[in-house]
Amino acid sequence: MLGHIHSIESFGTVDGPGVRMVIFTKGCPMRCQYCHNPDTWDMSGGEDISVKEILSKYNSKKNFYRNGGITVSGGEPLMQIKFVTELFKSAKSQGIHTCIDTSGVLFEKDNKKKVNEFDKLIKYTDLVLLDIKHIDDDEHKKLTGFSNKNILDFTKYLEEKNVPVCIRHVVVPGITYDKNYLFELGKYIGTLKNLQSIDVLAYHDMGKSKYEALGINYPLKDTPPLSKEDALKAKKIILSGIKTTRK
Amino acid sequence: MKTMKFEEWNGFNHGIWQKEINVRDFIQKNYSPYDGDDKFLAGPTQATKDLWEQVMDLSKKEREAGGVLDMDTRIISTITSHGPGYLNKEKETIVGFQTDKPFKRALQPNGGIRMAMKACSENGYEVDPEICKFYTVHRKTHNQGVFDAYTPEMRACRSSHIITGLPDAYGRGRIIGDYRRVALYGVDKLIEDKQHQKDSTRITMYSDVIREREELSEQIRALGELIELGKIYGFDISKPAKNVQEAIQWTYFAYLAAVKEQNGAAMSLGRTSTFLDVYAERDLKNGTFTEEQIQEFVDHFIMKLRLVKFARTPEYNELFSGDPTWVTESIGGIGVDGRHMVTKMSFRYLHTLENLGTAPEPNLTILWSVNLPDNFKRFCAKTSIESSSIQYENDDLMRVTHGDDYAIACCVSSMRIGKEMQFFGARANLAKCLLYAINGGVDEISMKQIGPKYRPITSEYLDYKEVMDKFKDMMKWLASVYVNALNIIHYMHDKYCYERIQMALHDKKVTRWFATGIAGLSVVADSLSAIKYAKVKPIRNEKGIAIDYEIEGDFPKYGNDDDRVDEIASNIVHIFMNYIKGNHTYRGGIPTTSILTITSNVVYGQNTGSTPDGRKGGETFAPGANPMHTRDSNGAVASLKSVSKLPFRDAQDGISNTFSIIPESLGKDNKIFVGDIDVDIELSETDSFNNEY
Repeated sequence: MLGHIHSIESFGTVDGPGVRMVIFTKGCPMRCQYCHNPDTWDMSGGEDISVKEILSKYNSKKNFYRNGGITVSGGEPLMQIKFVTELFKSAKSQGIHTCIDTSGVLFEKDNKKKVNEFDKLIKYTDLVLLDIKHIDDDEHKKLTGFSNKNILDFTKYLEEKNVPVCIRHVVVPGITYDKNYLFELGKYIGTLKNLQSIDVLAYHDMGKSKYEALGINYPLKDTPPLSKEDALKAKKIILSGIKTTRK
Repeated sequence: MKTMKFEEWNGFNHGIWQKEINVRDFIQKNYSPYDGDDKFLAGPTQATKDLWEQVMDLSKKEREAGGVLDMDTRIISTITSHGPGYLNKEKETIVGFQTDKPFKRALQPNGGIRMAMKACSENGYEVDPEICKFYTVHRKTHNQGVFDAYTPEMRACRSSHIITGLPDAYGRGRIIGDYRRVALYGVDKLIEDKQHQKDSTRITMYSDVIREREELSEQIRALGELIELGKIYGFDISKPAKNVQEAIQWTYFAYLAAVKEQNGAAMSLGRTSTFLDVYAERDLKNGTFTEEQIQEFVDHFIMKLRLVKFARTPEYNELFSGDPTWVTESIGGIGVDGRHMVTKMSFRYLHTLENLGTAPEPNLTILWSVNLPDNFKRFCAKTSIESSSIQYENDDLMRVTHGDDYAIACCVSSMRIGKEMQFFGARANLAKCLLYAINGGVDEISMKQIGPKYRPITSEYLDYKEVMDKFKDMMKWLASVYVNALNIIHYMHDKYCYERIQMALHDKKVTRWFATGIAGLSVVADSLSAIKYAKVKPIRNEKGIAIDYEIEGDFPKYGNDDDRVDEIASNIVHIFMNYIKGNHTYRGGIPTTSILTITSNVVYGQNTGSTPDGRKGGETFAPGANPMHTRDSNGAVASLKSVSKLPFRDAQDGISNTFSIIPESLGKDNKIFVGDIDVDIELSETDSFNNEY
């Protein structure tokens, strides 16, 4: 089975525990304003690579990944859910830790066929890095072009199935850097029994040059990066929200 | 030797170390592995702070004076040449400087009088004319000896930079005396042992026997001078050290004697921490000293090592990017019996980076193993983050060859202490060698015929097989000129600039590693890959010499874990090493090679024309075994994997891969796991939140 990928990072240190091999897949339905990988949006370009080839690349370097594993990121990796499932199935059979970095937007709780596919995937998934872009649905639509309904459904689904999640949240000045929203987000996260960690990411504008290279207008060109100190404040607010709902 | 007895040894476990000079056995029988954490460590004492402030003040003055504060121009440095020197005699617990005062650089002309004169004149000093005359007319130096014997071909290779950095005008360094022997046995016993060695040489006077007898006599004389050095500072080091302060002091005197005699390219210390810990543990147990006192001794010892200075020329500093002394100290590692060799003293050494602040020297080097205790690994990581001053090397690899009492000389050269030494041999420029293969031995910059007049390549496009064939021939030639130049260098160094005291602290039978080196490996690998997998067209000048290259198409680049090119790199190392081995080596030296230009890659690049990988003439090479800059596109692990495919058995003198990363890219520092959610998350008053964006 072939996956269509953008690139492979052999030294991934921020997408899951330990040092990991990170596969960036091509293709994403969302168009988040702050996306720093616009070069992964469409399916054109990139290269096809087999599950076997990825695992052989991984195994040739496995001494480096002793406390790590494989992460599939993107793009939206679940556009190629069958490929990811197959990759993870093979990886798990070799005892490799598997992690997926997804928005969850492709989950549809009333679509039996879809749910069936997700059921298969999570059997072989050790950790989900779930990116909640905005807790407020209207704001979510403005930011990404999509409702956050499927994403929140996906969160609940993972909780039911008891799959560990790490919630990621990008704090953007003027968009998510807002006391109420952050607090609400915290309240929501606090209810999740499968929560393993939260990862508050400060917005940066390092994707800017990619937009220029691709000739796409960068919607946040007037937004300054969030400072470390402010990211810490945002995290504290989220944590105080978590405290109110967590048992 | 019959069993030795000293009251200074009370409380130590017995072993064959009492019957023969055998520091390793002493350590193994007596050391206490430490699994705990860093909580026991003591901060700097007031005396330490005062002394360090004085050093910082002198350092500032030295910088303001343009890099050198004072130079001796009249007294030739020997073990006993100078009276005592102090920062502050009352406050120093470990004493001794190279000259009669700190920051005063010694005059060491045996490597070469011109280099010594230049080092002075470039810094605004002038060597006493009598000394210049003496070393020009009456007493030959290493440098003159070498040039008397060099062939015209060797000189040509040297000036065209296909062989660069040869230790033919300066001290070769890279020899580590077993300085610990002085502390454990006292100098008298060492003299007795050397006398016995001298009495038991063969008696038919072949030239090697004559040399051996002469060298042993020199060693015995140097040991006698070492006792005198102790006396100059008011110590009797003819007897063993009786406590940890003396053990450090004795060890330091031995090292000090070495740096007073030799201005070597690297003057490394060895592996002293676990040895000294045996004394520290005994003193703690007996109540002789407190932890604070022991840390003070260590702080003062390290302070002295930081103040080792040599007179050097600006070119030398350019080649080595700074003024390195390479006082490398190897710490940790695993013993052959499976016990780790981390002791409290290992912690104390690293702790000096906090007590005194960070510094590049001494070059504290962790012999890293996956089996080191977790607490120590954590402490290393913490100290690395705070100081950026720790070097790590792979003990699991090196222990296989060198056992558990080896140390690193310079940055990566490993050798058993007191049993093995190295003939340092700089580097051959393989990228230039490839260009010589293409151009039939004509240098692409000077246009002179430097290499043999082999047939050049004249085809429109380069053919991989043809290039490889010619490259092999040229490497064979280069290996021969290179090794033979080194034979001359080490012969003359032994003759005119012999390391008396360092060799006195070695066994009688010494294994000599004959070190060579390779520069430009990734340039060669990518060039050959381009020739094989893309189309490379040489651009020739009117004389038919290829001076540039056009590449059509893409090709695999070294540094991406791609076997197609990584295998080329690995093969080249193996082939070149075999050519090196095909030559006679001076004094039975065992050939090794290294791929580790850490700074001089800039200079090598400047002196090499355009190469078939697309690198333009003058552009810097990648350091050591690194991939060429920006050519690795799959992240650090893939890049490291490419490097790890290079055969260590062919390059035992070290393979280096330099890379730097910002701390944030090494992992998360802001992740809060839910288990720790009860950390204080209350917003403080000052944490006012506003949407000011």
